[in-house]
Amino acid sequence: MTHAPLLRQITDFANRADPYPLYEELRKTPVLHEEEDGPYVISSYWDIKGLLHDPRISSDFTNLSVAAGDELSRPETTGLPPSFIRLDPPEHDRLRRIANSSFGPPHRPTRIDSMRGELARIVSGLIDGFGDARQIDVVDQFAYPFPVTVICRLLGVPREDEPRFRAWVDPIVAGLDPDTRTSADSERAAQEARLQLGMYLNGLVEQRAREPRDDMLSDLVNSHGPDGAMSTMEVLSTAVLLLIAGHETTVNLITNGMLTLLRHPEYLRRLRDDPGLSVKIVEELLRYEPPVQLVPQRTCIADIEVRGLTIPKGSRIWLVLAAGNRDPERFPDPDRFDPDREDIQHLGFGSGIHSCFGAPLARLEAQIALSELARRLGNASLLEDPPPYRPNAVLRGPRHLNVGFDELLP
Amino acid sequence: MPADYLDWLRREGRIVIVGASLAGLRAAETLRAEGFTGSLTMIGDEPYEPYDRPPLSKAVLLGKASPQHTELPRRLEIDAKWRLGVAATGLDLAAKRVRLADADEVEYDRLLIATGVRARPWPKESEAGLDGVFVLRTRDDAAALYRRLRAGPRRVFVIGAGFTGCEIASACREMGIAVTVAERAGAPLAGALGGVIGAVAAQLHQDNGVDLRTGVMVTALEGDSVGRVRAAHLSDESIVETDVVIVSLGATRNTEWLAGSGLGAGPRGIACDAGCRAFDFRGIVTDDVFVAGDVARSPHALFGYQFLSLEHWGNAVAQAEVAAHNMISPGAERRPHLWVPAFWSSQFGVNIKSVGVPPMGEEIMITQGSLTERRFVGVYGYQGRVIAAVTFDNTRWLEFYQRKIETGAPFPVDFPTVDRRPEGRRPVPAGFPDPSLPTHGPTVTLSGYSPADRQLVFTPAH
Repeated sequence: MTHAPLLRQITDFANRADPYPLYEELRKTPVLHEEEDGPYVISSYWDIKGLLHDPRISSDFTNLSVAAGDELSRPETTGLPPSFIRLDPPEHDRLRRIANSSFGPPHRPTRIDSMRGELARIVSGLIDGFGDARQIDVVDQFAYPFPVTVICRLLGVPREDEPRFRAWVDPIVAGLDPDTRTSADSERAAQEARLQLGMYLNGLVEQRAREPRDDMLSDLVNSHGPDGAMSTMEVLSTAVLLLIAGHETTVNLITNGMLTLLRHPEYLRRLRDDPGLSVKIVEELLRYEPPVQLVPQRTCIADIEVRGLTIPKGSRIWLVLAAGNRDPERFPDPDRFDPDREDIQHLGFGSGIHSCFGAPLARLEAQIALSELARRLGNASLLEDPPPYRPNAVLRGPRHLNVGFDELLP
Repeated sequence: MPADYLDWLRREGRIVIVGASLAGLRAAETLRAEGFTGSLTMIGDEPYEPYDRPPLSKAVLLGKASPQHTELPRRLEIDAKWRLGVAATGLDLAAKRVRLADADEVEYDRLLIATGVRARPWPKESEAGLDGVFVLRTRDDAAALYRRLRAGPRRVFVIGAGFTGCEIASACREMGIAVTVAERAGAPLAGALGGVIGAVAAQLHQDNGVDLRTGVMVTALEGDSVGRVRAAHLSDESIVETDVVIVSLGATRNTEWLAGSGLGAGPRGIACDAGCRAFDFRGIVTDDVFVAGDVARSPHALFGYQFLSLEHWGNAVAQAEVAAHNMISPGAERRPHLWVPAFWSSQFGVNIKSVGVPPMGEEIMITQGSLTERRFVGVYGYQGRVIAAVTFDNTRWLEFYQRKIETGAPFPVDFPTVDRRPEGRRPVPAGFPDPSLPTHGPTVTLSGYSPADRQLVFTPAH
C-alpha cells in the first residue's frame, strides 16, 4: 500500500475525529505542494499570520490561474454575486463596512451586548426543554437550535422557516468542503442552493424595504451611510453569508467546547463554580479546536516567497488555521487544553481584513452556552467518544454529541 | 556585575522610578512581575496616580470620558511608596540620590528615569498667561479645556496642526464649535507624515468645516482689558477673533532637573544604549541609571543606529518593560529595545496608524487604496528600502508592512497588491519640510548617531 498524499488524508472523512497528528506531520513541510494542480498548504503559525496580512493574497477566485476543466471556471453569471468573504478591497471593504454599520462599533456599539439577556433566555429555554430526559444530543437539542434562533432574530428571518432554509444551507456548506468541491455536481448544487436561498431572503428583504424593523435585514436594505446603499443583489449575498456563517460555525464551537470540557472534567467543574472562566475557556477552544479548520479560498496575485520557496502567481493557497494554532514554535505545549494560558493570540477567527465578522457574537454565544451547560447538567458524561462527525473538513465538528447526566439543576 | 549583587538587588535593593506615568507604571509592574521584592519608590510631579493621555484630546474633550477617570489599568499590585505631587529637582550620580522639590532626598541602588515631556508653552509669557490660552498635555489641562469648550466659545483657535492640534480641531467640530487651525508648514501633519499625506489631512479639515490656515505663523495673541484672549494675529497680517486659543506646538523633554548631574541629558532627551542604560555626558554608559519613554533616545539598528526619541504610547510601554527587565537581569539575559515605532491617531472619523519612521522617508508610494477616498496604505522609502508605512482606515494591512521594514525590503514596492490604483504605480517625493527649518513637535526626532554627536543642531520651536 502506498501512502496517500497528506492532504488527502486530512480531507479523508476517516480522519475527521482527530486530524491533529496529521497537522503535526503537515507542519514538518511548512509549504506543502503535493500535486501539480493542488494547493500550496501553509501550516505554521507565523507563516499563516503573515499571509493573512499579505496584500499579495487575494480572496477573489477570479485571480486563480484557472486550469482547463477546473471546477471553478464556471461562469458566475447565473448566481448571486460573491459575498464580501470572497472579495478583495475596495469592494470587500465597502460591503463589510455597510454590514458592520448595523452590527458593531462605531455605529452600533451595543447591538451584541444588548442581546445578552435574550441569549440567556434562549439558552435557558432549550435546557429546560430537556425535561426529564437524562440523555441528550447536544448538537440537535442545543448547539444547533441556539445559534440558529439567535441569527434569525438578529437578521429578522422567521425562526419557523428553519426547515426551509436548512435544505439550502446544507448543500452550500457541503460546497465549502474541499473534498466535495472537486465534484462539479456538488459545486453546481451549491450554486443553485445559494440562488434559492437568496430568492427566499429576497421576499423578506422586499418586505423590510417597505416596513423596516429593528433587524439587520432592514438595516442592510435601507443602508444609506457614507458608503451609499448596497444593491439588492449585494444585500442578498450578504444576507446569505451572515445567515450561514452566523450559525454553522457556532454550532461547532459550542459542540467542540462541550466535547473538550467533558474530556477535561476539571475545567467543567471550574466553569460551574466560576462562569467568568468561560471567557478564557472559549479563547482556548478557538485555539485548541477551532470551528474553521482551514481557509481554502486564497490565491496569490504575485510570485511570493515563503520559507525560501516560491509560490507562483495564481496558485491556490490553503491556510490551515488549526495546524497553526498548535504550532509549538508559537504556543508552548500546544496539544494541551489549557484555558489558563496567558498568551492566547490564536488564529481561530483568522486575522487581517477577513477576520471573523461575527466574532463578538460567537464569543458571547459560546460563553453563555458553555457556562449554562456546565452549571445545569449534574454529573455530565460523554456517552460516545469520539462522537460521530459531520463530513466537512473545513467546518469541522461532531454531527451528534450524546451526553448523559444525573439531574437537571434549576 | 557580580551575581550576588544582583541577587541582593532583586531581593532587597532600592529602586526609584522618577516619572509616574505610563512608562513608570509599566516598569514598576514589570519589576514586580519578574520577582523584584526590594523597595520601590514612584516619584511624580503631578498629584495623580498614573493615567492615560490619549483620551485627553479625544473622548475627554467630547465629554464621553471624564478627565478624572482615565487612570491606567493596573496589571498587578506594585507595592510602591508613592511620592506624588513632588517633582524631582536634581540627581547626584555619585551619591545615588534623587533630590525632590520639597528638599527631601531619596536614595537608590538603581534608578529609572521616565520623566517624559511637557507641552511646549506659547513663548511669550504675557500672552501665554491670558485667560483662554491653553495647552493640552495633562489631565488638569484637559479638564480646564473641556469646561471652556462646554461653555460654547464662538471660535477656538488652534496653533499647530500636529496630531494633538488636529485631534482637538476634530473634537471641536464634532461639538459644532467654529475652529481655526494655523500651521507653519504647508499642511497639517506634514512634519510627521510629509506633504503628500498632509494634503489629504488638509482636505479632511476643510471638509469638516475647519478654517485651516497653512504657511502662516502666529505673531501675537491679543487680550482684552480684563486679560482674556480675544484675537490671534498672523504673519499674513490677518487677525482672527477667538475666545479660546490652544497652543499645540509639540513637547519639551523634561530633562532640566538633570542639568549638571553629568548624565547625557539635554533638550533632545536622555541618551541611552539599546538596553536603556543612560549615557553620561562623556558618552560612557552608566550601569545603575536607566531611561524609558518619551524622554529617552536610544540607537535603533533598523534605522541606521540613529538615536530615536519617540513620543509614542507603545514605545513607552515596550521600553519600560525592557528597561525594568534589564535593571534586574545579568548582562547575558538583558534585552535590547528594538521596538518598531508605531502610533495611531483618530480624527474626523478617520483612523490613522503608522509604523516605522516616516520622517526618514524620501519618497512615498500609495500601494493600496486611494488618497482621494482617504482609505489607503502609503509606504515610505529611504535609500532603496522600505522605512515606514502609514494607513488611513486601513490598519489591518500594517503588520505586513512592518515585516517589510524589519527585513529592509526594497523600495519602490514592485510587486502587485490588492486594490492597487493607477496613482500607486510610482513613488513620489514624500514632501517632508526642510529639516533645517524650525518646526514644532514631530512625534519622532532623529537626533544623530551618538550622544556626543554635534553635527545636528537642535532647533527648539517657537
